Amino acid sequence: MLKDITLGQYFPGTTLIHRLDPRAKMVLLFAFITALLMANHPLTYGFVLLYLTVTVSVSRIKLSSLFRGLRPMLFIIVFTAVLNIFYTPGEPLVTFWVFKITAEGIERAAFMALRLIMLISATFLLTYTTSPLALSDALARLLSPLGKIRVPVHEFAMMMTIAMRFIPTIIEETDKIMNAQKARGADFETGNLFRRAKALIPLLVPLFVSAFRRADELAVAMECRCYHGGKGRTRMNQPHMAARDVWALTTSVALFAGVTVLGRLGWFLP
Amino acid sequence: MLKAENLTYIYGQNTPFETKALDGADFSVSAGEFAGLIGHTGSGKSTLIQHLNGLLKPHSGRILLEGRDIWEKGAKMRGVRFAVGLVFQYPEYQLFEETVGKDIAFGPKAMGLSEAETDERVREAMEFTGLGADLAEKSPFDLSGGQKRRVAIAGVIAMRPKVLVLDEPTAGLDPSGRREILTHIQDYRAQTGAAVVLVTHSMEDIARVADTVTVLSRAKPILRGTLDEVFSRREVLTGIGLDVPAVTRVLLRLRALGLDVDAGAYTLEDAVRAVKAVRAC
Repeated sequence: MLKDITLGQYFPGTTLIHRLDPRAKMVLLFAFITALLMANHPLTYGFVLLYLTVTVSVSRIKLSSLFRGLRPMLFIIVFTAVLNIFYTPGEPLVTFWVFKITAEGIERAAFMALRLIMLISATFLLTYTTSPLALSDALARLLSPLGKIRVPVHEFAMMMTIAMRFIPTIIEETDKIMNAQKARGADFETGNLFRRAKALIPLLVPLFVSAFRRADELAVAMECRCYHGGKGRTRMNQPHMAARDVWALTTSVALFAGVTVLGRLGWFLP
Repeated sequence: MLKAENLTYIYGQNTPFETKALDGADFSVSAGEFAGLIGHTGSGKSTLIQHLNGLLKPHSGRILLEGRDIWEKGAKMRGVRFAVGLVFQYPEYQLFEETVGKDIAFGPKAMGLSEAETDERVREAMEFTGLGADLAEKSPFDLSGGQKRRVAIAGVIAMRPKVLVLDEPTAGLDPSGRREILTHIQDYRAQTGAAVVLVTHSMEDIARVADTVTVLSRAKPILRGTLDEVFSRREVLTGIGLDVPAVTRVLLRLRALGLDVDAGAYTLEDAVRAVKAVRAC
């Protein structure tokens, strides 16, 4: 049940997208989102959509996995679309009571929904093709210049890495304790809100106890290996930008720049 | 009493991590029987026992409790959970109440028993697991590891299950702790006539307490029978990386060296007797 959560789930693979440097992928995602927000014309939207379609197909991530990730966001997408349908001024197509639907509204709603879907899909593409560890590592490296102004980048990255490392462990543990309590007749699924909240106590108490125990053990283990913070620390796997990363970065950023410029100076488009 | 037929279960269906944990597995245990279930890590033991009380729903096959399919429409799943008591691996991590007594009472309370009946069940379960009555008011988090384990087992015994299933109840305990827990489980069976399923990878534990053994390998049972029947097929056991108990290996070696000793002894006590019998003649 809890294992169905796909947020941040990683699908191992060896495609070009999987092999790209995580830092490059992260920069590309930001560039993509910028271009997406700047796009305001069917042609530029088409460009961005085409780019996303190509990357998704290269990554061999199944569309069904992407859509499963979208499901929790469905409400926000529909809500935004509906608001746009009703609140965009223009020539009314249909009018009833205080509502009127305009052609511009429908157009804008469609674009808005498409924009949100693409934004979420692109983010999922990143987390689906990059292991959480590589992600937090990449983020730490991208933010490392902040260390110059005394932001504890390494400590934050370490905290993030540890947190991510323990998500599956905690999920597994939750499953286990839930099953153990169910075997003793615990009922997590029926009853009103109050009863259900109370039913969580036999789950939460052991979970917290074991989380603290794990934290303690991890701290001891780290200390045993002489962990002393980020200063002078080196890495076993040094990421380095390969030719493919440079290519992906330059071509994509050029494309996105094109889209952005077209979006801003779009007056000459038909 | 409890019968599983042709169970198949697949973890992570339709994901890249798909694995078949059970593949046409049969298992059964009758009232009063002490059944051992043995197999390597990943052989499907834990998956199989989670089917026995309906925590997992098989992708195919069925589980019959006293002749009734537990997944049939209208069947009460909680009733199944109370009838088939399942003690997980490292059960001490499920304790949560302020006092030992309250924690053991969790199951009986969930069954909707009266206060007097619940108290009686708690007292009885603590007796079965050898916990002194003075511990009832203590916090379970202040106990030793072995005591915590016994509190957790008592929490399941307090439901008076007709089938008691235990997943590695002796894991991580010292020899005296192991013996103690196994003895308590035997007492429970002797006094209530319940069936017991013991999952372990210790041949010594199986030899000490079980009547029958089922050997699981790669998602299905490959051997099943009495201790003699299973331990006489040593080649099958070694083929999957298991073996007969250590004392039996000693006896077999003695036989190979030409000593006419009965190699059908699986516990230290029996082995001593077998060796003494040789000297006598």
